[in-house]
Amino acid sequence: MGALTLARAALICATLGLFLAPWHGLQDGFSELASWPRDSAAPLVALLLDGSRWWLWPVALLLALAAPALLRGRAGGGLAWIGAGLVLAVFGAGYAIGLNGLNWSWLAPLLGAPPPQPSLGWGALLVLAGGIGLFAAGQAARGRFGADAFVAFLVCGCGFLLVLFVFLPLVNMLSAALYEDGRLAPAAFGARLVAPEAWSLACLSTHAGCGVVWNTLLLATLTGVISTLLGLGFALLAVRGGVQQSRFGAGAFRAMTILPLITPPFVVSLALIVLFGRTGIVTGFMWDWFDIPRSRWIYGLPGVLLAQILAQAPIAFLLLDGALRAISPSLEEAAATMGARRMRVFRNVTWPLLKPALAAAFLLGFVESLADFGNPLVLGGDFDVLSTRIFFAIAGARHDPGRAAALALLLLALTFGAFALQAWWLGKRRYTTVTGKGDSGLPAALPRGLKFTCAAVVWPWMIFTALVYGIILVGGFVHDIGRGDMSFTWRHLGTGFEIDWFDGAPAFLGSAWDSLFTTIQVAAVSAPLTAGLGILLAWLIARQNFPGRRGLEFMTMLSFAIPGTVVGVSYIMAFNVPPVELTGTALILVICFVFRNLPVGVRGGIAALAQIDRSLDEASATMGAGAFTTLRRVVLPLLRPAIVTALAYSFVTAMTAVSAVIFLVSARHNLATVYIVGRVEAGEMALAIAYSTVLIVIMLAVVLGIEKLVGRARLGRGSAPPIRAGA
Amino acid sequence: MTTHRRLLATGFALGLTALLPGAAAAQGNLTVYCSVQEEWCRPMMQAFERATGVRVAMTRKSSGETMTQIRAEAANPRGDIWWGGTGDPHMQAAEENLTEEYRSPRMADLHPWATRQAEQARFRTIGIYAGALGYSYNTTELARRRIAAPTCWADLAKPEFRGEIQVADPNTSGTAYTMLATLLQVMGEEPAFTFLSAMHRNVNQYTRSGAAPARAAATGETLVGITFLHDAVTQKIAGAPVEIVAPCEGTGYEIGSMSIIRGARNMENARRFYDWALTPEAQAIAGQANSYQLPSNRNAPIPPQAPRFENIRLIDYDFARWGSAAERTRVISPWEREVRAGAR
Repeated sequence: MGALTLARAALICATLGLFLAPWHGLQDGFSELASWPRDSAAPLVALLLDGSRWWLWPVALLLALAAPALLRGRAGGGLAWIGAGLVLAVFGAGYAIGLNGLNWSWLAPLLGAPPPQPSLGWGALLVLAGGIGLFAAGQAARGRFGADAFVAFLVCGCGFLLVLFVFLPLVNMLSAALYEDGRLAPAAFGARLVAPEAWSLACLSTHAGCGVVWNTLLLATLTGVISTLLGLGFALLAVRGGVQQSRFGAGAFRAMTILPLITPPFVVSLALIVLFGRTGIVTGFMWDWFDIPRSRWIYGLPGVLLAQILAQAPIAFLLLDGALRAISPSLEEAAATMGARRMRVFRNVTWPLLKPALAAAFLLGFVESLADFGNPLVLGGDFDVLSTRIFFAIAGARHDPGRAAALALLLLALTFGAFALQAWWLGKRRYTTVTGKGDSGLPAALPRGLKFTCAAVVWPWMIFTALVYGIILVGGFVHDIGRGDMSFTWRHLGTGFEIDWFDGAPAFLGSAWDSLFTTIQVAAVSAPLTAGLGILLAWLIARQNFPGRRGLEFMTMLSFAIPGTVVGVSYIMAFNVPPVELTGTALILVICFVFRNLPVGVRGGIAALAQIDRSLDEASATMGAGAFTTLRRVVLPLLRPAIVTALAYSFVTAMTAVSAVIFLVSARHNLATVYIVGRVEAGEMALAIAYSTVLIVIMLAVVLGIEKLVGRARLGRGSAPPIRAGA
Repeated sequence: MTTHRRLLATGFALGLTALLPGAAAAQGNLTVYCSVQEEWCRPMMQAFERATGVRVAMTRKSSGETMTQIRAEAANPRGDIWWGGTGDPHMQAAEENLTEEYRSPRMADLHPWATRQAEQARFRTIGIYAGALGYSYNTTELARRRIAAPTCWADLAKPEFRGEIQVADPNTSGTAYTMLATLLQVMGEEPAFTFLSAMHRNVNQYTRSGAAPARAAATGETLVGITFLHDAVTQKIAGAPVEIVAPCEGTGYEIGSMSIIRGARNMENARRFYDWALTPEAQAIAGQANSYQLPSNRNAPIPPQAPRFENIRLIDYDFARWGSAAERTRVISPWEREVRAGAR
């Protein structure tokens, strides 16, 4: 696409926004359009002419400035200035003048006392899109972005969205760490960062608990190590131990890998309490039969750890399974030929080659454990971690946004530290074993001792997992599983999902229907957006060279590394007032999910693109295709598995996310997980479990359906699963 | 055919408006933030809709979460009225000027404790129910250990309850803060902290949520759970083997409150709801919804299962003083230092 085409399209778009679409947001929906072109539905041109928004004249003037050259067919670098000016004018005026008139009092000499200005609407949206288009066209005309206007527009557009929906809200929220009682206080900031509540080592010498940072680190490290080792055991048994030859083994392993992905928060914790709590089923059994005293060991580090490993081990398995299959056996065969025993081959050849995958699996377990909120909340007992501490600093009985922001910064530092460490550790070596040279032999069988060790660990764990999910399945259909009343009932399902028929039409009377419908809607809308935007960004980052590429990549990772509660509160603070007013709508939920799950699409896309030779792109370019055609005809079809993964993953996370959306749901748009949290709070475990079962069934159907439609693609939580080209 | 098409069109329009920024309520609507159990929220809203024809949109969140939301939305409020939830955050909202002053004509029908709290909040909040603080114990577990049934606060410091008491953390829970403030008022500061340190050895867990100890006592996860009595009653009626204790030294109470949010978009309807929620008919819904607090209207029927205030030694709880942010910090800091940090 040439710069001129883009610039013309942008001009048309902005002009429509100026003359036709209502400039401000419609507070009462489309019914307000009746008053067009006056009152609340007035387009900007009407507002300019009657003088009520005179400070927006620059918008019209800038557009008039851009028009003559474009009509004559010339697109110059000056367009960039005009585009930037448009965006600045709209946002500047929007922030300067809010619902209560002037926000920035230092502008009073210039603006006087302007009337209140509501939020930006469709007209402003069109003008902004036009502004970005003009900016991109100008950059392309100057030869930036490979002089390709399409790439320029994508980069500018994505960058704009990321700044607006990721960067600004977070900076706004985290800057609270710098303030105390509304005043700038760097000393308080320093004190918060080194506060004993975070760093205290009292637990080493006394009975008091340690700082939350140490707790969090300990939990995350243990989760990472144990789930990686378990996952390795599973993978070795699956790939080298011959388990997957049997139907049962293959089915069991497959179920293991899907279940944790589609499990709503809290429900595993609840099941663990039912099993191992002081009055739990297993506990009671142990007491009756073996006189093992009943204790409360599940509340605290052991319980949280167990719940997190249940979720993470299958994901480690997915990663390691892929890596193990990708190791070419030729090196192992060579070692065996030279007389090495099986154990030695494994220790000196296979194990070193697995290192990158082991690091990835550990990192994933570590980071997911840092971000986990539901399990520590239910099972934590006295054991506090950063994510729960942050939540209660915001929503607890002692409200302290400054403390919450400082703790969030610490959590962020831990996450990025882990990423940096991994990059540093892996950066120095090469691990390629797959070459293009013919058959590479048969993989070595597992050493006998190792195989038995793996089997001895893996099968009991499998039974344990089955037990936990069995409890979940049963729990929704018995009277009160918490107290051991196991008589069958439909009552819980009925409370949530009662349907009655009135005049031949179904009436959804159950209290859970509204939230279920909203959840499915929001998930269905956000999943394709997440996948699409993620893959586009991946393509830009992996295949295009432009200034600010690193920054763009960093911003896509940012929202993933930040605790959900912080994202949620930062969203209400940023989008509750004009110029961008979104709270109370379903749109804010969609946006939150899209930008929170974006990293998955991006990572998956980058990993998949790394497998596709650049020469294909080059061939397409040589034959005269532009970036747009290459993307559409060559790259996207090859990326199909990555797209499917991103789609399924973002649908599933949108249905199971809780901490980010707890503050964003409204009366009209409630979500399933928030409903479940309320039930857990009220102690109605059975209803919570019943609802979770319904969600599990829906998600299972969706994941399997997507697989059926597009062929099997691997699912990975939070990371790029190994996808081979053309798989 | 036409109805079908109209339905489709309406559905489409609804779907689109749902995605529109700031699509707020039209005339005759009301947005309620509800902070009691869903089970009670729903029939309340349905009854109000039936009584007035106003369309209600209701969100249920805990009082802490609602407070956070109202604070974050202060510049452009979304909710109209905040109904239910323990009084402290309502008092705090009044202190932070987040809620609107309103004097309901129904004020005269209320119990003196409700009007007193309203006066202390300069009429920015009003009591809709009250619940006394106390504890519940699991009878099965008690019989198993052959311990004498506890009746006073002081009993909880006895060595036979070692590791058997559960209470929430005052940092995160209003219930636990009420307990802290109550003990300070009942015993005096010095003895109260001595008692709390002694009890600390018996505490197995400081939970985050205030209702959790009642639940844990009901399932036997702990022997004693310190809680608001009505939470324990709910468990008892559901069939749990618990006994409920109003401590002999006297105890404090919470006033579940209601506040109109400053800048409410449907102010007229918010006031209508406010007045209606103080009527005996509206307050009678609690009992039908398994909530056994004491209603604030003198003429409202008291659920027969509710713990009566006549049988409980209630202290004269000073809500204005103990609800203020400064007092809160003054009390919680020494608790953390002297009680929580101690050995168990």
